[in-house]
Amino acid sequence: MSHSTQPVFIALQANNDTMPIVEAILADNPHAVAHEYPAMVKIDAPGRLVVKRESVEERLGREFDLRELQINLISLSGSLDETEDEFILQWNAA
Amino acid sequence: MTTPKAPAKKLSLKENYALLTRDLGWKPSYQTEDALFPAVKFEGIKIHDWDKWEDPFRLTMDAYWKYQGEKERKLYAIIDAFQQNNGQFNVSDARYLQALKLFINGVIGLEYSAHRGFNIVGREFPGVGTRIAAQMQAIDELRHAQTQIHALSHYNKYFAGMAEFPHQFDRTWYLSIPKSFFEDAITSGPFEYIIAICFSFEYVLTNLVFMPWMSGAAYNGDMSTVSFGFSAQSDEARHMTLGIEVIKFLLEQDPANVTIVQGWIDKWFWRGYRLLTLIAAMMDYMLPKRVMSWSEAWDIYFEQNGGALFADLARYGIRMPKHWEVTVKEKGHVSHQLWSTFYQFRHAAGFPVWLPTPEEMDWMSLKYPETFDKYYRPRYEHWAELERQGKPFVNATLPQLCQTCQWPLLFTEADDPTEICYREGSYLGEKFHFCSDGCKDIFSKEPEKFVHAHLPVHQIYQGNYFNAGVNPTAPDFNPLVEALKYMGINPGVDGGDFAGHIDAMNWELWTKRPANMHAPTTPNTAPERKSA
Amino acid sequence: MSVNAIRPGYHGDMKDTIEKFHGNQLINIGWDKHLMYATPVCIPVPPQMPFGALLQQVLPTIYGQHPDFEKIDWSVAIWSLGGEPFTPALDKSIADNGITHKASMRLRTPGLDGLAGVGF
Repeated sequence: MSHSTQPVFIALQANNDTMPIVEAILADNPHAVAHEYPAMVKIDAPGRLVVKRESVEERLGREFDLRELQINLISLSGSLDETEDEFILQWNAA
Repeated sequence: MTTPKAPAKKLSLKENYALLTRDLGWKPSYQTEDALFPAVKFEGIKIHDWDKWEDPFRLTMDAYWKYQGEKERKLYAIIDAFQQNNGQFNVSDARYLQALKLFINGVIGLEYSAHRGFNIVGREFPGVGTRIAAQMQAIDELRHAQTQIHALSHYNKYFAGMAEFPHQFDRTWYLSIPKSFFEDAITSGPFEYIIAICFSFEYVLTNLVFMPWMSGAAYNGDMSTVSFGFSAQSDEARHMTLGIEVIKFLLEQDPANVTIVQGWIDKWFWRGYRLLTLIAAMMDYMLPKRVMSWSEAWDIYFEQNGGALFADLARYGIRMPKHWEVTVKEKGHVSHQLWSTFYQFRHAAGFPVWLPTPEEMDWMSLKYPETFDKYYRPRYEHWAELERQGKPFVNATLPQLCQTCQWPLLFTEADDPTEICYREGSYLGEKFHFCSDGCKDIFSKEPEKFVHAHLPVHQIYQGNYFNAGVNPTAPDFNPLVEALKYMGINPGVDGGDFAGHIDAMNWELWTKRPANMHAPTTPNTAPERKSA
Repeated sequence: MSVNAIRPGYHGDMKDTIEKFHGNQLINIGWDKHLMYATPVCIPVPPQMPFGALLQQVLPTIYGQHPDFEKIDWSVAIWSLGGEPFTPALDKSIADNGITHKASMRLRTPGLDGLAGVGF
């Protein structure tokens, strides 16, 4: 299925737990841009955004279960696919 | 010596999920499927294979309790700290508190309705994955009602207009707007409910409630509300993915579903959009420190994000919702039109109202370059002059309401903001009125449902709006005063002008800071409050 | 079109039929180009009330605060009823003027077009 470039985003609470997650996302998604709002970080990307467990763990210094995103997640857009290793948001074109 | 066993293979996320969810379902052996699930066919939706339902978050009950428990511990620790440290006095000014009254009186009831609605569909759907998602959401919504009550209850100890939220939700004239929205949803069939709430409300529109507003709460120093908001919003992200999964599932199951789903998208987009007019006014007028305008929020969260969403759904034959262009034409107007309405009916509101100061109007000129200075600044300057002359403007009658969304007819024609938008229909010899083509369309498709809408203005005129034990034939019976009491509003105390309101006076007494940070030198020259 | 209901023949009861208003009927009135009144109003009136009494006694209590109101020349004011042009007979009752329950009336006063050039 081909890939659209319509924007996807993930928005997280801005706190000490999410700083390494945001760093990991920006490192793994070169086309992503982070916008800071009061108490919130919103990361936009054209078409696809991936959160990688390993990248988060490297920066967090401990094991990380991607389901922990539940605690600080504010909102997202795009179709979601989730495994133990990756949390992927993307739009699929027709 | 025994051979050491190889460690058991760990179940993958998908395998674990399948065992703890799908495998808990069963095929009935002594009742038919139709007898067990009597509500899933009448809407005309065709489902051929419930197993094609893809659970987006793959959340099992053990993970649910674990992560929800962690969110609760975090949230209540913050609420404790907030209460212990007099956090209620840290908000920017006492006008901000009035936005919380709209929240406590208007939104908690919605969360509770949603709880009921998800309990209902959690029983009505044959698919195991769908039932589990609905049951979790039912618990989430109850959690939201409870956490909102806790987060806001502390303010109730200090400020007016928050103590009667169940009464207000059920009876107050402007709160019949949210109430009727959800009652329309939970009295629909299960598929309509899930498209209405999971998709249209929780996916397309929810960002407009939570994101700008919770940022606004943070910006104005409201630790309690922002903590509640972000705690709830993490649940909302799960709800949103349910919404997008539902719509794709229905559209992929049978092409005959497309027309039905499109009709529901059209209806519920419009109903949800009208409901959000309350948010528009709150963002532009009730946040002393403003984050963004309604116009900006609509552009980001609907025009751009919604546009991307509907571009993705186009492959199923779904188009943008009907009348979406009207929402774009109106975005420079609706907040100002609603605030003008609240201002003139302030004596009948459950919260005090004020006019924007010159500084605030300058912000609006910037954010609304095409509309504010031309259409709305003159109003506020005229009304401010009348206040200075001691002849404040009041609308002493009751407004005409829309039969569908129950708003007063305060909206103007999309192409002419100097003309109120009037739409009329008739059904079985009775006349019905609407604020827009969108609302008229909704009524026209289901008139049998909307003819028994409980419109507060009509109920007042039918003489139904007074508490038990009150004698409507007594000579001193005051219908407006009794109607306010019936609505859970304290007449002469909860509403009226902000200057001189008990919240404003107490705020200055307790904090030694201006009740209105934009008008700090306004002397308290409000006349002695007359008894009702 | 008709509602799709689980039981055929579902129909809600009409909540706002005239007999529920204790001898009154409802009328809705809006004064075009006078958005100082942010919405049209809904008022209960006896169907037998003369239309002239509406103008003389009721409308001033609703619209009196607007500077244009006292300048209205009722002989050239333009009315519509249910979206159609309408010429009220002042000596006839509301009912005899054909203004039925829940009717929507609009008043236009050309030359008196509200304040600020934007129909306020």
